[in-house]
Amino acid sequence: MKSTLFKWLDSDVGHSFRTSPAALVAAAIALVCGLAALFAPWVAPHNPFDLATLDLSNARLPPAWYPEGQWTFLLGTDDQGRDILSALIYGARISLFVGLVSVLLSVLLGVTLGLLAGYLGGWVDALLMRLCDVMLSFPAILIALLIAGIGHALFPNAPEALAFGVLIAAITLTGWVQYARTVRGSTLVERQKEYVQAARVIGVSSLAIMRRHVLPNVLGPVLVLATIQVATAIITEATLSFLGVGAPPTSPSLGTLIRIGNDYLFSGEWWITIFPGLLLVLIALSVNLLGDWLRDALNPRLR
Amino acid sequence: MLAFILRRLVQAALVMVTVALIAFMLFQFVGDPVSQILGQDATAEQVAEVRAALGLDQPVWVQFGHFLYNAVQGEFGMSLRQGTPVATLIAERFPATLELALVAALLALLIGIPLGVYAALRRGSALAQLFMTLSLLGVSLPTFLIGIVLILIFSVHLGWFPSFGRGEVVQIGGWSTGLLTAQGWHHLVLPAITLAIFQLTLIMRLVRAEMLEVLRTDYIKFARARGLSDRAVHFGHALKNTLVPVMTITGLQLGGLIAFAIITETVFQWPGMGLLFIQAVTFADIPVMAAYLCLIALIFVVINLIVDLLYFVVDPRLRLDQSSGH
Amino acid sequence: MSLLQVQNLVVEFPGRHGTLRALDQLSFEIAPGEILGVVGESGAGKSLTGAAIIGLLEPPGRIASGQILLEGERIDNLPPAQMRRIRGRRIGAIFQDPLTSLNPLYSIGRQLIETITTHLPLSHAQARRRAIELLQETGIPAAQERIDHYPHQFSGGMRQRVVIALALAAEPKLIVADEPTTALDVSIQAQIINLLKSVCKKHGAAVMLITHDMGVIAETCDRVAVMYAGRIAEIGPVREVIHAAAHPYTQGLMSCIPDIEIERARLHQIDGAMPRLNAIPAGCAFNPRCRQVFARCHQERPELMPAATTQAACWLLPSSTSSTSAPLAAALPEAQS
Repeated sequence: MKSTLFKWLDSDVGHSFRTSPAALVAAAIALVCGLAALFAPWVAPHNPFDLATLDLSNARLPPAWYPEGQWTFLLGTDDQGRDILSALIYGARISLFVGLVSVLLSVLLGVTLGLLAGYLGGWVDALLMRLCDVMLSFPAILIALLIAGIGHALFPNAPEALAFGVLIAAITLTGWVQYARTVRGSTLVERQKEYVQAARVIGVSSLAIMRRHVLPNVLGPVLVLATIQVATAIITEATLSFLGVGAPPTSPSLGTLIRIGNDYLFSGEWWITIFPGLLLVLIALSVNLLGDWLRDALNPRLR
Repeated sequence: MLAFILRRLVQAALVMVTVALIAFMLFQFVGDPVSQILGQDATAEQVAEVRAALGLDQPVWVQFGHFLYNAVQGEFGMSLRQGTPVATLIAERFPATLELALVAALLALLIGIPLGVYAALRRGSALAQLFMTLSLLGVSLPTFLIGIVLILIFSVHLGWFPSFGRGEVVQIGGWSTGLLTAQGWHHLVLPAITLAIFQLTLIMRLVRAEMLEVLRTDYIKFARARGLSDRAVHFGHALKNTLVPVMTITGLQLGGLIAFAIITETVFQWPGMGLLFIQAVTFADIPVMAAYLCLIALIFVVINLIVDLLYFVVDPRLRLDQSSGH
Repeated sequence: MSLLQVQNLVVEFPGRHGTLRALDQLSFEIAPGEILGVVGESGAGKSLTGAAIIGLLEPPGRIASGQILLEGERIDNLPPAQMRRIRGRRIGAIFQDPLTSLNPLYSIGRQLIETITTHLPLSHAQARRRAIELLQETGIPAAQERIDHYPHQFSGGMRQRVVIALALAAEPKLIVADEPTTALDVSIQAQIINLLKSVCKKHGAAVMLITHDMGVIAETCDRVAVMYAGRIAEIGPVREVIHAAAHPYTQGLMSCIPDIEIERARLHQIDGAMPRLNAIPAGCAFNPRCRQVFARCHQERPELMPAATTQAACWLLPSSTSSTSAPLAAALPEAQS
């Protein structure tokens, strides 16, 4: 395990990583955020959802460096007395969870469909390509909005699980297309090659062929796409939550927090909305940086 | 080429019918219009009567046919929230969204393209790196957050620009425009900038990437080998070849403006179709949602068709009506 | 006086793992009007030589030392603006793939006229007339109409004719042709080569013909330089290099070409492969593969020395034992026999 890490660090990609300050910083930030979110119950100073600990006398406190602020509430509190910092950490957890799960499902869906389309060809392929074309002609955010919006309208008092299910489904269904296309393209290329035809003749299963020959080739581009898409997914989720059709207020994501805080903007309590916003941008930026770096590192032409 | 157009038209029609089907299903799934009209305690005969009057006793596909027929004429019934005809509501709000989208599109193009060209030609320079870093930021900033921050700085703190509404509008026939009044423009600034930033970033990155690709081609190398000036190579050859795919992709992106308008309109309470949709969602106002769905699909289908046709006009390789030589 | 002189040219590529030397002390000359072939395996440095001459080396590649002289004046150290004036006007270039060499969005007339007006003080109408003449010269039928056609409306061979017309548009004295026929059908290759030869003769232009195809060299060139691992192994008149090569590498190359009249059970091949740029052996670059290698080959690098009828960089030559090896700074064109 240690030796493969060293080997990777010494490779071209690893070297590029070590010498790119942006990639290093981005990875560090992403890691810290990820870990904090993962271990939220232990990292957060308070539990913002435990109603017993909330005290309305703590409501609307500004961040600690203001004269009225307190150091136990480092970034201030909202109108219910909830600690903003803790809400941030829990919120990040939700945002990251939704983002990562959506992308994972997108990749699975897209890669599977792409393999099928590329390998089976015929009407399956044609149908899938038509579907991809049509879906690509609409902006992703619009489709996600429509799905989430319709879901919200149909089930206005849905239980949390359903709300998250619809949210994740909305983001997943908009992201699979690019993976499907990439994988399909590669599959088509490989399928023509003689060794694949030879393998079929001697009876190697299609599944084994696709797994052993096609998948390794597409791994690079899919990885780059997926990394960048995590940032997009997080932002999309935040947008949907801000508009009220995403994460419910009982389990608020960063977007929901921003939405809640927006009402207090004009009364001067800017921290309720700005801090979640900052964290959101920080996470999205680091993931985007990583994705950008990864794309340049894996692109042989740019070296 | 005619065959191509026909094929695209058929595809477009299929998309529209599918979307209409989804919209129709919305009506089927939500609520019971009969109980909404008659209330909870109604006799069986009253229910049957109302059902027949509404055409609900007919087979589903017949109902769909009626729905389509009405939809094509723009008739979607009444808004559940406001009680006015849906078509009127949408017609009222359409100009606001369109004006916002067009101004934002213009901003994005006028700033994005030159920045992208500069970043490609002066690759590695300090300014180009700055642009690329800013563009990364632009892609990482959700549109609604941009709006909120702009409001915080320019409305709440500085008080330079208003933060909601359209201001004074002028009615020209059925169209209400905010472009003819100073106040209208004043209200337009912050929302337009908010809407434009994401598009601007995308366009800039796209132009830069395309141009870098083009600068690597053999025909650019050959143009340089022929001693053509940098200006001729960069702006005569490279730029034209860059803008062709960029222009068509941008056409598709402009459709994204309609989507992002929903967000911007919500943040700024801009009285456009996007805000109408969000309000409809919160209220479960199905007729409005269905109408919005169909209208959006129509807009996108038309945009895509135009963009496809544009390819023909601009790229001589696709014009098949000229003879090939030997 | 020579038209082009290349003296001790060194081209390097600084990289993460150290600096690679792609061209190592290259020296040769081209006389006005002559056709010099440059032949060698892939990776020997042929195209790089052409790129260095027209000043279009792709960064990070750069000329580390040496000189390139055009009609007696140095051109390797010119500022970009001046180098641009030389390109097209005094040195023309032809590349391998005619499809990608032409801008698909502009008519060939527009591209021709643009090139002409950049270098020559002609009006648009005059330039257009000249463009039509060039097209006719290069064998494009119905030039008057076809001048307004787009590149995709021409076949591969026709496109290469257009490319040749473009290269000659400003009357350069030297044309660097990098694999001009490799991307074409065999049947078209002969036509294009003959066209190149006749048109250049007519315009009095010298040609540096870069290729890996000895057949093309034999048909077309006056002299030929054989490159190996970034150096010139042998240079001389075409007939001599082909039939009486002095360098073991050249001899090996020639014997690899099957002769239809000689019966053979196995095709001849040279064992091994050309060394990678970061693993060039000390001394003579060919020593790992040479059948006649001896001690000195591993120690000192041979410069070009006179052989019987050519010049070769080999310690086997009798002239290598004589005196001061003042390295020949240029291989002078021999008198044609």
